[in-house]
Amino acid sequence: MTTPLLSLSGLTKAYPGVVANDTVSFEIGVGEIHALLGENGAGKSTLVKMIYGLVKPDSGLMKMHGDDFAPVDPRAARAAGVGMVFQHFSLFDALSVAENIALGMEAPPPMATLASRISEVSENYGLPLSPDRTVGDLSAGERQRVEIIRCLLQDPKLLIMDEPTSVLTPQEVDILFETLRKLKAEGTAILYISHKLEEIRALCDAATILRGGKNVGTCVPRDTSAREMAELMVGSTLATPKGAAHATGDVMLSVTGLSAASPSAFGMALKDISFEVQAGEVLGIGGVAGNGQDELLGVLSGELPCIPGMVQFQGRDLSGIGPEERRGLGVLAAPEERLGHAAAPDMSLTENAMLTGMAREKLSKGGMLNWARARDFAERIIADFDVRTPGPHNAARSLSGGNLQKFVIGREVLQRPEVLVVNQPTWGVDAAAAASIRQALLDLAAGGTALVIISQDLDELMEISDRFAALNEGRLSAPVPTAGLDVEQIGLMLGGAHGMEVAHV
Amino acid sequence: MDLSAINPILLIAAMIAASTPILLAAIGELVVERAGVLNLGVEGMMITGAVCGFIITVNTGSPTVGFIAAAVGGAVLSLLFAFLTQVALANQVASGLALTLFGLGLSALMGQSYVGIKPPRTEATPLGPLADIPVIGPIVFGHDMIVYLGLAIVAATWATLKFTRVGLVLRAVGENHDAAHALGYKVKRIRTAAIFFGGACAGLGGAYISLIRVPQWTEGMTAGVGWIALALVVFASWKPWRVLLGAYLFGGITQLQLNLQGAGVAIPVEYLAMSPYIVTIIVLVILSSDKSRAPGSLGRTFHASG
Repeated sequence: MTTPLLSLSGLTKAYPGVVANDTVSFEIGVGEIHALLGENGAGKSTLVKMIYGLVKPDSGLMKMHGDDFAPVDPRAARAAGVGMVFQHFSLFDALSVAENIALGMEAPPPMATLASRISEVSENYGLPLSPDRTVGDLSAGERQRVEIIRCLLQDPKLLIMDEPTSVLTPQEVDILFETLRKLKAEGTAILYISHKLEEIRALCDAATILRGGKNVGTCVPRDTSAREMAELMVGSTLATPKGAAHATGDVMLSVTGLSAASPSAFGMALKDISFEVQAGEVLGIGGVAGNGQDELLGVLSGELPCIPGMVQFQGRDLSGIGPEERRGLGVLAAPEERLGHAAAPDMSLTENAMLTGMAREKLSKGGMLNWARARDFAERIIADFDVRTPGPHNAARSLSGGNLQKFVIGREVLQRPEVLVVNQPTWGVDAAAAASIRQALLDLAAGGTALVIISQDLDELMEISDRFAALNEGRLSAPVPTAGLDVEQIGLMLGGAHGMEVAHV
Repeated sequence: MDLSAINPILLIAAMIAASTPILLAAIGELVVERAGVLNLGVEGMMITGAVCGFIITVNTGSPTVGFIAAAVGGAVLSLLFAFLTQVALANQVASGLALTLFGLGLSALMGQSYVGIKPPRTEATPLGPLADIPVIGPIVFGHDMIVYLGLAIVAATWATLKFTRVGLVLRAVGENHDAAHALGYKVKRIRTAAIFFGGACAGLGGAYISLIRVPQWTEGMTAGVGWIALALVVFASWKPWRVLLGAYLFGGITQLQLNLQGAGVAIPVEYLAMSPYIVTIIVLVILSSDKSRAPGSLGRTFHASG
């Protein structure tokens, strides 16, 4: 048997109050794409941080090519041939692509040489990128290429990728996978972290599953179904969300001829959008991010102004009614951006619960805040939605992305809204938690709430929505029933909403 | 009104000298802010440099030793700020304001027995025949060493930030400290070094006022120059050459309006006195209308986590 590239044995790392990794052992072979699976908070990030030298293990041993490997800092790890592409890109907006790459190298060549090497590598691996562009102007996919090329220039033996596809469009994912397969063919090993089990089945040779910081099993993704892997991660059987929702016919929310400019210079204006949502119905709105999703949510939540008559709730005009008043009426919204939009990062969970729950949960009286009730409300969200946190006094920022997502969705769901608008309900959330969020949304619809779910995840929309519409360049296609809709039709709708209407005539 | 009393050659030479304290303080602060730290203690470090330089010059008789002492004095005081903000993770705005108040008080205490003394004169740099060239000689080659040192620091700062790895790392730390940390750069160490450099520059600028411009020691004699330097860095969009331009504009117009006042121009003194502020701000605001922006991590405290 050949020596594995990297072998981990008995790695343990404890933080105050939590053991992030408990005697984790596994091996990665040369040229192997190895998936690391686990729920939010299962210890995946801590484990890769140890390999990359950002965190020191309390005990345990790492060996690379059979020799001891204990990087004291990321430089040492890079010198040993470990490269890492971060989940939240570690890039510098104001600097150029070449400068960003130079910062990640030990002994960068002069700028001119570096620029030509960047062009060379980006061509070889099919990752188009111009070295002198400012990173702040790049798209998410292009930013990721900067990180990947930064790693590739060091000729890594092991490339760690932390949820690389969560911010990419399907086309960009295809390009990325081509690159990764090419790297594998050249003998580079890849440690791949992702929640998207189908991607792992398509790409990875082996998988290690973490649960509660422990290695609970390995599998060959090609021969294992996504459901089996998800159950290994959770440690119990997974329930498929079941809807008992039936549209009652009462129109709760109606949008007619909605047009609105975007508040941001890089945003997308909404153009002549019309739809109706009935009580107990789930309307799914699909489309690639940046096609007006944020603007649509803004108009429905009341953050963006609109012309009278365009948005109506139970026949009542909502223009001129702000977010707080709409919450009082029962029109609630959960935006996509968790930190800074859905939640105030440095405020505690109790305070964040207070911020949107004040009107409907009666958390204030005569201008005085009732903190005890707010804390109870926060604790209820934490318990009902399985938010992993020591308690409601913790700052929103301290939660991992998936846990905070559970909190912000739970906060709106528990307020028993009449109408709920959600953008990306399960973004960055593991399979089990995503299933429970979807179930909660369906339960809400069963109780008579009208739901508008905006998402990039088409599988999710097919699973929970009654009708589907595509948002493309600020235009919305006519909603069609989800039952019987196939991938090809959806692709057509996403390609151009207005073209679809013509085809129907 | 007698404008003929103003000698244009001497005026321009004086304008350059008048700009030097602001220039030194501002270029130091520019480096600090490019590293992502907002040090509002410039005024305090300047006055500390002013009193240190003055005391050492009077006691040793050597302005050169005095200027070195001034740089050391400003830098040592800045280490207090570095300790508060980088080690104790205190708020930068509050720490900077405290540093200014502390510096003003400390300098008043240190300088008590030096009020009214005249320091030894700082000689012009011996540039030989160059200084004898008509017109250009007195304007360009008739200055003391510190004027040239200030210019050299601006040029060196520009070149370092633009062309060297040290400069790139410094900018990276100021732009996104979390990303810099993830790449393995020592954020706190780099920031402390930048703060130290800023303190030394501010100290030099302060001593230029007490040893050359005035020259004597009075309490609070920097009179807000540190604050002007801070504002200048922002209006100059964190670019070294624009700091030079801003400092020369401000210092130059200050000198010009003093001369105009002396010549008895029929404009109320108040308008003349406010002119340097207005002109400098207008020019730099027009210049900064391009899309340059503040360093991304400016003023944010860095907590290393995970």
